[in-house]
Amino acid sequence: MTAGYEATPGLVETRVAHGETTLVVDPARLVEACMHLRDAEGFNQLMDVVAADYLGWGERGVAGYIGTRGGRDIFGPGSQGFRRVPDPKPARFAVDYQLLRVGDDPARVRVQVWLDDGQELETVIGVWPSADWVEREAFDMMGITFHGHPNLVRILMPEDWEGHPLRKDYPIGGEPVRFSGEE
Amino acid sequence: MSVLPATSIYEGTRIPSPCPTILEIDPSRHDLDDILTVNFGPNHPSTHGVLRLIVDLDGEQVAGIRAVIGYLHTGFEKTMEHKTYWKGITYPERIDYLSFQANELVFVLAIEKLLDLEVPPRAQWMRMCLSELNRIHSHLVWLGTSALEIGAISMFWYAFRERDMILDLFEMVTGVRMHSRYFQVGGLAEDIPRGFYEQARAAVKRMPKAVDEYEALLDRNQIWLERTKGIGPLSAADALALGQSGPMLRASGVDWDLRRNTPYLFYDEVDFEVPVYGNGDVYDRYKVHMDEMRQSARIVAQCLDRLEELQGAPWIADDRKVVLPPREELHTSMESLIHHFKIVTEGYLVPEGEVYVAIESARGECGCTLVSDGGPKPWRVKFRAPSLAALQATATCVRDCLIADLVAVAASLDPVMGDVDR
Repeated sequence: MTAGYEATPGLVETRVAHGETTLVVDPARLVEACMHLRDAEGFNQLMDVVAADYLGWGERGVAGYIGTRGGRDIFGPGSQGFRRVPDPKPARFAVDYQLLRVGDDPARVRVQVWLDDGQELETVIGVWPSADWVEREAFDMMGITFHGHPNLVRILMPEDWEGHPLRKDYPIGGEPVRFSGEE
Repeated sequence: MSVLPATSIYEGTRIPSPCPTILEIDPSRHDLDDILTVNFGPNHPSTHGVLRLIVDLDGEQVAGIRAVIGYLHTGFEKTMEHKTYWKGITYPERIDYLSFQANELVFVLAIEKLLDLEVPPRAQWMRMCLSELNRIHSHLVWLGTSALEIGAISMFWYAFRERDMILDLFEMVTGVRMHSRYFQVGGLAEDIPRGFYEQARAAVKRMPKAVDEYEALLDRNQIWLERTKGIGPLSAADALALGQSGPMLRASGVDWDLRRNTPYLFYDEVDFEVPVYGNGDVYDRYKVHMDEMRQSARIVAQCLDRLEELQGAPWIADDRKVVLPPREELHTSMESLIHHFKIVTEGYLVPEGEVYVAIESARGECGCTLVSDGGPKPWRVKFRAPSLAALQATATCVRDCLIADLVAVAASLDPVMGDVDR
């Protein structure tokens, strides 16, 4: 099934694991790649946009959750730790686009782009309108900016919220709690 | 069926532009007196939770709409990153609280995919059986509340009568009526109790008759027909472009069901039909839901046949590194006690990798993206919420409809706000 995806513009790498195909694409050519996958490969649905933060990935001691008491120390006393240290990631953030081909020949493919903090992505709303809310969610939760999105505002958190909750440096229970008695 | 195109740039689309989820009123009409902006929700009884719609009305006609969500955001995904896989199973079922077994199943399947774990057939059949019962349960709640909202109050009591019958089955198997945490990585949490088959068969026998009764109440009811037929239409191309799935897609004429098109569990071994209707209006969504309840009852009956054949077979995988040891062994075996302690306190390690698993929940494609770094807690969990996708179609569906129909349309999208906001 991997044959055919080589023509994807900006393709960096093709990975097949657990029966799933991942196409790592150059972020600058994302929209071009998506257009190609939609029109030439028939991926007519974008099911999900998943942003993931890999800050602290594979580090000894605290793997993620900087600033959280206790952290996520999987080398803590009595623990098994990693069997092996996971492979390093090319950048801090990954954004996955889960594509689905609805039709006689169903197929799924994951388009993956890697970004550093502050780097922008182009929106794919023009390719699949369903990208609207999921891109807003990625912005709200991870702080990924989608250039060209007509309404890129917070979707799940309140408008005046600070920080992006699903980032690894955003601690759990660390948000300020305001009490009305303080005023 | 050939591959249908999906693009925002095609003839005849009703999807608003530039923002597909916001219907803007004509700017020249902004300051006119006859445009009334109404805030609908978030605590309106007909919004199925806490959905807020800001509606611009021109008389009784909806001229503009935007949805505001997030009132039920609970941070499930963040919380799950801090829990071991074993403890995390309780969270997904609280996301879509009506289709709880489906969410539980998709998370468990994702872990099993990373672990490459073989699940015994009996557990898989039971998972199918409960998933389908759960689909009936979810559709019944949908039917009862949606009909209630357009004035068919008696529907609610009839639908909830059968819903209770199904919840009794869940209680019998899992000990609780909802959020059962019955699916376990490797199989089931406990064996199927005695008497379940008889009671489940009675429910399966009752269900098609019950659905006939509901249809007898609604299908010749002139008010119901006028409130649903031709209301909130969504074309097949628009439905695909807006990422719709499940009943939404099938009501719009797209013959697509993950259970048949990309089978998981043993769905390729059971007979069932996928209902497809073509108008994409509220009425067709109602018809899809009704037919699906009948088909689910059919699937449950076939699952029960297979389960009875497999009586006595194992219901959980024999992998002591992942699966809790049998309760009785804890009193006699030191190793079992250690395994039990380790799994519950520290969790098991799941190999590094990234998977996406999708199943057909009651509202469509329920997906789970799971990233593991090789540790005992997920690095990243993300749920693909079918309700979120369905709500994105609001602006397209309510274009030019009346304010009274807005309620019917919003209900027909079948959003569960827990699923939308996560």
